[in-house]
Amino acid sequence: MTDEHPPLHHAERSRRAARILAIRQLLIEKGVVTADELDDIIVRARTRTPADGAKVVARAWLDEAFRERLLTDARAAVGDLGYQLSHDAELAVVENTADVHHLVICTLCSCYPTSLLGPPPDWYKSFAYRQRAVIEPRAVLREFGLELADSVRLRVVDSTADVRYLVLPRRPPGTQGMGEDALAELVTRDSMIGVAEARSRAAA
Amino acid sequence: MGALGFRAGDPVTVRATEVDHHHRTPWFVKGKSGKVRRVHGAFFNPESRAHGGDGLPKRRLCQVEFQQRDIWGARYRGNSDDVLLVDLFEHWLEPAKP
Amino acid sequence: MPAVHDRGGLPTDQPIDRSDHQWEDWEHVTNALVGVLRRRDLINVDELRRGIEAMAPDEYESSSYYERWSASIETLLVEKGVLTEAEIDAVAAKLDSEWGR
Repeated sequence: MTDEHPPLHHAERSRRAARILAIRQLLIEKGVVTADELDDIIVRARTRTPADGAKVVARAWLDEAFRERLLTDARAAVGDLGYQLSHDAELAVVENTADVHHLVICTLCSCYPTSLLGPPPDWYKSFAYRQRAVIEPRAVLREFGLELADSVRLRVVDSTADVRYLVLPRRPPGTQGMGEDALAELVTRDSMIGVAEARSRAAA
Repeated sequence: MGALGFRAGDPVTVRATEVDHHHRTPWFVKGKSGKVRRVHGAFFNPESRAHGGDGLPKRRLCQVEFQQRDIWGARYRGNSDDVLLVDLFEHWLEPAKP
Repeated sequence: MPAVHDRGGLPTDQPIDRSDHQWEDWEHVTNALVGVLRRRDLINVDELRRGIEAMAPDEYESSSYYERWSASIETLLVEKGVLTEAEIDAVAAKLDSEWGR
């Protein structure tokens, strides 16, 4: 990876770029880390998608017992599907209904269910989101194109510690008879954070 | 587990202690009251681990529900029954006065 | 006055920028170093967060996400005696001169 030439506009590169690449080189030279293990993570970060989260949601839509287990013991439920969560973070799933909508945030930093969704989007980590989503969540949702009815209670969840939250969005209408794979395609990353609903069949 | 031991449904108030060390209690819930909705289990104490400690004893992490209006007052722009759930370590909570 | 990282509810008029930037090489390296150093139990995530929170407020607010994490990695590795500032400075200077900076 460091064999690549730096990008053309290296005058614009962060001054931190040289420092962290220097740290990488020194740590490899000293045998503290290996280039391979760093590259493994880089490859995975480049290829991770929210597909695993979408599969969990689709299964919950189809399987009532799984859905209940997911809401009470998410680690065990996703474990049964073969997903290994990182050992140091716990998972909790919050369910949207006709009466309640959830929105997930980390005001202190950027805690996010990366095990199932891949890395968080830039906006999730931004000051604007971290500052605004707790105090004016309905305005934030409006910016994302989601207008919540007055009758819907909004629960904002600030994941301040070891628990990572995944939203179980509502199953879109008109999806009866769809199989798990097709349903999973309707489940967007944004719907599992809570800034959007799952896609409707027509839009997919 | 010890003298603490909040359970779902318990009304709690968040301590308003000023501390200098790393901690995971956001400023806007300090001194506010809400209700425990769920107890997640015990985790290593980040306040200890951030500063070279072993994180023991583990502390239970409680999901506490606050009314948005109680946190922000008139500044909150939303519905009157909107809520904010925050995960808080038990040692930051005390039973709310009735 | 909340600490600089404790940002919930702080006033702002900023709209949410929904664009995603492609990570630069050094950002991937930062992310990977966090993973490997944690896995090897050399640094834990609480220390990394503490390192970020210890940044001067104006530095925190003018740094991007991975700039903050990379600064914290450096702080912690030097604090733990794994690397020295001098050796980091030397290699960084060499890289900068190779890039014509």
